[in-house]
Amino acid sequence: MSAPLALPEEFADLAQFEDWALETWRERYEKRLASTVDEMQALYDAITPRIEEILSYCDRHDVAELPDEVRNLMLLLFSLCEASLPVEIWRQPRVPDSGAADLTMVAEPRL
Amino acid sequence: MAHFPKPAEGSWTQHYPGLGTGPISYRDSFDPDYWQQEIDSIFTKEWLCVGRVEQLSRVGSYFTKEFAWANRSLVIVKDQGETIRAFHNICRHRGNKLVWHDYPGEETSGYCRQFSCKYHAWRYALDGSLVFVQQEEEFFDLDKENLGLVSVACDVWEGFIFVNLDPQPSQTLTEALGELATGLAGYPYGEMTQRYSVTSKINSNWKLFIDAFVEFYHAPILHQQQSTSEEGQKLAAVGFEGLHYELFSPHSMVSSWGGMAPPADPRMVKPMENFLRSGLFGPWDKPAVVNNNENLPPLVNPSGHRAWGIDSFLLWPNFMILIWETGWYLTYSYWPDSPNSHTFESSLYFVPPETSSQRVAQEYAFSVFKEFALQDANTLEATQSMIETGVVDTFVLNDQEVLCRHHHAAAREQVAAGRRPDAYPWMPAEVSA
Ligand code: FES
Ligand SMILES: [Fe+2]
Repeated sequence: MSAPLALPEEFADLAQFEDWALETWRERYEKRLASTVDEMQALYDAITPRIEEILSYCDRHDVAELPDEVRNLMLLLFSLCEASLPVEIWRQPRVPDSGAADLTMVAEPRL
Repeated sequence: MAHFPKPAEGSWTQHYPGLGTGPISYRDSFDPDYWQQEIDSIFTKEWLCVGRVEQLSRVGSYFTKEFAWANRSLVIVKDQGETIRAFHNICRHRGNKLVWHDYPGEETSGYCRQFSCKYHAWRYALDGSLVFVQQEEEFFDLDKENLGLVSVACDVWEGFIFVNLDPQPSQTLTEALGELATGLAGYPYGEMTQRYSVTSKINSNWKLFIDAFVEFYHAPILHQQQSTSEEGQKLAAVGFEGLHYELFSPHSMVSSWGGMAPPADPRMVKPMENFLRSGLFGPWDKPAVVNNNENLPPLVNPSGHRAWGIDSFLLWPNFMILIWETGWYLTYSYWPDSPNSHTFESSLYFVPPETSSQRVAQEYAFSVFKEFALQDANTLEATQSMIETGVVDTFVLNDQEVLCRHHHAAAREQVAAGRRPDAYPWMPAEVSA
């Protein structure tokens, strides 16, 4: 077994969502499409009650040079951005009526 | 009942009498012959935005643009003198495509000291001149001076890079932009370098996506579910009215309200929007560089309304700049691949975040924006397939769709004239004079 996802001690329990710590938007979007709403709800319910605490923790570090464990926490927040849309609006992984429509990311900021 | 004042003529559309108010045909959005005429008299004649100067960060940075619809491939590069140049992407020896990686038809970008042809290693300097010929002595009367890359007209306005496929453009870029050249100048575009760029193949004519982005009449309906249910129903009941519409033919603009950033009441928006202080209108906290919108370009927020949210400019023929009250901007391009398909490109530009909270707020703004884009994109395919049936000949447009009416008319007129006409009948007199 590999080591659990490195996270700040206060948020170590979020390591259970380590497969949401993904580097690119495309990976996060595909993870969203491949997940159930219940799975995304679990991520949402684990993070949102503590989101202020998490953000202020992250804000104590220079965003240009985040230590690994804070960076991982940020990646979970990025996945939450994606997963929150099915949870809060659609109640299904895909945007309704979006059919075959898809987007290719050409350039995105990286942490 | 109008919530915002309209021009004295009673409507935005009648303010420009040349536009008419009758039903219009959408044959212009699927007829193959008409599409070819658009390519010939619009797309190969006008200045086309291909990117930003920040994409060419240093000497030798380049990117390619594949214009298959015009049977052209271009390479855009920053040369030794830091001038941005465009060339046809063809080797002067035996015509190989000069710059490409793995797949000749795919766009690419990178950095190099010189361009080197993959076929027989002819090399070109960044300014296009031929500098090396393999086994030069084997050639006959080789005139290297005249075997440089074939250049394409290229110019930069406010950091946006434009090219023109016409070997002799009839106007300079500044002339072509007209009033927009100064009217949109001075916004801190160059400070907003945090970029998200997406592209998508869309199964509709290029003009249909412009239609969807120059009217917000659809927004409370198509995108209703993206608001909280109470707010969504309210918006749908009220409908949409623009604050201001204006033609700078062939360009145009619409100004819209947008009181959701931050909302008057937190219950109006989704919980995540409150958590992250961000949403479709972007991060709620304006970056310092926009100076609280004190120095907006002259054409932005023309009504000066306190509920102003966003201005959307169509830079003829296929480029849009959207400036948000919250202090960021968005661009769209539409490339006409075929009569019933196009490539859509969109970029979101933010000021680089200073904190992690700002970084997440931008990520969320992108995520939400993309949900809207997916809804819009798929609707277009549904529209395209049905107008092509020809079952219905003409369609009716309301006053909030005045810019749809206008850009189809501007295309028709340019096609009829063979290229851009000197004046459009709906242009205000002082401009055409
Ligand atoms: S085709 Fe380019 S070197 Fe021969
Ligand atoms: Fe839309």
